[in-house]
Amino acid sequence: MKMPLPDAAVIARKAEIVRALQRLVPGEGVIGDPAGLVPFQSDGLSAYRQTPLAVVLPETVAQVSAVLAWCQANGVKVVPRGAGTSLSGGALPLTDGIVLGMAKFNAILEVDYPNRCAVVQPGVTNLAITGAVEADGFYYAPDPSSQIACTIGGNVAENAGGVHCLKYGLTTNNLLGCEIVLMSGEVVRLGGKGFDAAGYDLLGVVTGSEGLLGVVTEVTVRLLTKPQTARALLLGFASVEGAGAAVADIIAAGVIPAGMEMMDSPAIRAAEAFVHAGYPTEAAALLIVELDGPEAECAELSAQVVALARARGATSIQVSTSEAERLSFWAGRKAAFPAVGRIAPDYFCMDGTIPRKQLPHVLTRITEMSVQYGLGVANVFHAGDGNLHPLILYDADQPGQLEAAEAFGADILKLCVAVGGVLTGEHGVGVEKRDLMGEMFNETDLACQQRVKCAFDPDLLLNPGKVFPRLHRCAELGRVHVHRGAVAFPELPRF
Amino acid sequence: MLDLTARTQTPKTAAEVVELVADAGAMGRPLEIIGGGTKRGVGAVEADSVLSLAGLDQVIDYAPEELVLTAQAGVTLASLETLVAAQGQMLPFEPPHLNRLLKTKGEPTLGGALAANLSGPRRIRAGAARDHFLGLQAVTGRGELVKAGGRVVKNVTGYDLCKLIAGSWGTLAVLTEVTIKVLPAARAERTLLFFGLDDGRANAAMVQAMNAPAEVSGAAHLPHAVAARAPLNGRMAVTALRLEGFEASVAARADHLAAALKGFGPSETLDGRRSRDFWLQVREVEAFHNNPRRLWRLCVPPSVGWKVGQALAGEAIYDWGGGLVWLASDAEPAAVRSAIRALGGHATLYRGDGPTFEPLAGPLAALTARVKAAFDPKGVLNPGRMGPGGATV
Repeated sequence: MKMPLPDAAVIARKAEIVRALQRLVPGEGVIGDPAGLVPFQSDGLSAYRQTPLAVVLPETVAQVSAVLAWCQANGVKVVPRGAGTSLSGGALPLTDGIVLGMAKFNAILEVDYPNRCAVVQPGVTNLAITGAVEADGFYYAPDPSSQIACTIGGNVAENAGGVHCLKYGLTTNNLLGCEIVLMSGEVVRLGGKGFDAAGYDLLGVVTGSEGLLGVVTEVTVRLLTKPQTARALLLGFASVEGAGAAVADIIAAGVIPAGMEMMDSPAIRAAEAFVHAGYPTEAAALLIVELDGPEAECAELSAQVVALARARGATSIQVSTSEAERLSFWAGRKAAFPAVGRIAPDYFCMDGTIPRKQLPHVLTRITEMSVQYGLGVANVFHAGDGNLHPLILYDADQPGQLEAAEAFGADILKLCVAVGGVLTGEHGVGVEKRDLMGEMFNETDLACQQRVKCAFDPDLLLNPGKVFPRLHRCAELGRVHVHRGAVAFPELPRF
Repeated sequence: MLDLTARTQTPKTAAEVVELVADAGAMGRPLEIIGGGTKRGVGAVEADSVLSLAGLDQVIDYAPEELVLTAQAGVTLASLETLVAAQGQMLPFEPPHLNRLLKTKGEPTLGGALAANLSGPRRIRAGAARDHFLGLQAVTGRGELVKAGGRVVKNVTGYDLCKLIAGSWGTLAVLTEVTIKVLPAARAERTLLFFGLDDGRANAAMVQAMNAPAEVSGAAHLPHAVAARAPLNGRMAVTALRLEGFEASVAARADHLAAALKGFGPSETLDGRRSRDFWLQVREVEAFHNNPRRLWRLCVPPSVGWKVGQALAGEAIYDWGGGLVWLASDAEPAAVRSAIRALGGHATLYRGDGPTFEPLAGPLAALTARVKAAFDPKGVLNPGRMGPGGATV
């Protein structure tokens, strides 16, 4: 994975840059010493590491604005960071840039039940929002697996998902507004407590922009009322095809479960060995189906789902009878990543989405590739919305295995696109899938997206090297005429 | 072959749309972009030539089991609604057709509903057009055919340009093909009606209902003067709460809600078709179809919507769950805008004299103008429609 060539002149100015930033963010707000920078070298995609020039931890919007304006004026790149849990390298530092850590923005500013929303600072963790309102019967719906650590600011940047987004949507469907600071230092409010903002839906395009358009300094999220009951069903199948057919039947019956997860045999066995959730280890595929709502609804729908599963040859059927049992059904799935971490020194988590009907074909192909690359793979899968998470097992200490795992992952994602799917369902492009963007988009499509980037950040200083496989200077993009998918300036440097 | 001298062009392919937009850019001749032309009066366009998407009206792919539908932008809402209903599904954002309100000919299209980011009374639960807009193919003002998003329900690959195009009223790009998310239609619906509440009490009832675990999918209040008009011809103000879903669930939630709200008086229920008809007239703003006053679509934080009636003269329909207030008023536009801004919202003038959209100011206006220039630097597409104001969009 190549990053843009660092600017040696900027690196040479490190001492001066740190001093200038210390004037803007006094006290302990700037980290410049090598030991202090180590914790910031990578994010959740730990295969890649770089040491930033410095880390700045502002406490006020005015400081964020001053830091960004200074960096723009001085040509210093900025990588925004929440909790650093990105699985695609969205917060991977640049050696000639600073990391702007938003962790100190950790206050819940307002809870407004009449308008069913909360106004929070970006460093508040996803789970802390629910924690602040659940005693009153409310919650914040998107629930990425990292919700105990990941921040809402990072969720906005990555448009984070979770196991409940089939029914309740991604982050983008659960936001009302945010405040962002542009690279120029200008502060812009997008949306508010109403459902629409005046003008273009800039909130919609900032959400999921992976920290390339602005730095989020405040977020207004929608709150939902907690369902009266939730019930989980654990359904074992002798084949992936059987489980996949059951998923299609459930949707066809008009049932949209709160969550519908699938695990394949290696994932089932790894999870069971780790947390002893009572999973059927002989099953080839396991479905966890969660239904929520009034008791009457859960009762009716769980009977319906059980009947559909039985008709597709389910080999084991368990329905949770208590909240403790429901949580135990989820324990294995929620621990699937660390469970796989126990059976291999390293793993890559892929994130493609496919049309669900392609599932048996795609899993068969992944198994064949696993043999071809000589690397194991375990699959967990948001079955309801077709979002695959193959976990590629490797050992970074074995020469060539990292590269083989990267190539294996790229082949999986190319396959996802080839069957009508996409590169990433919820983890973001980051650096991880950056060079695969051409599988989905041609140069014209990418130039259109990059012009949006230029409207927000004309000097390309905010999180460069992520998302886009080529850097085009904005002035050149303005003139670029793309004809039949061929760029007019093929000599522009690739990185 | 296209006749480039005709006033209204109706291309049959995306390639023809590219040709028309590129030609318009080269000639410096702006285009008005229309689907069925039903919302043409909303925002004045300064263009002599019209590009109609009516010729791009095919459904490309509909996979009910995948919950996605891909169609050309000019496909009519009515035909899509029939198509998905046959599979027991629906367009979850309940797009209003508005042609009767705006007294326009033609059939509203999917592309138009997306470009205007329409939404219905279900918004609080299901979102707006933007929330179901998964992928697009469009021609930018540069005359370039671009795609964004995908054909699956969950995708974060690249910028979410669908959101940006939704609600841009044809000022950034001409939609040629779109993919949307569809959902199973509710098997049952029931509406609880409360009568004679003043606006403040009605708001209190709706807040309490929305904050109960009842999954209310519509909440609206029609004050007495509005309820007295056709089609309701009622004798009292009416406050309505809609529940949708599976039969047993709807029944349980309706009982729970009626008990929880008994302090607001006895309720009556509407089931099935009667419930659907009630929400259809809310969605289509039927009480104001023949109201001669200026008609405003106000977007405000739901719980302060009821204060519109206190701040401004006129009549209002409170679509709480839709996040909207429809106001028919003779008040000066500037007074309406400033009152609504004070409530934390913004106002769009749907019918009557005056600028249509809320003007923007400051860095947001400048950013908006840069975004417009990124897509349409020569101002070929729908010039003037969302401006003037802080930004000339």
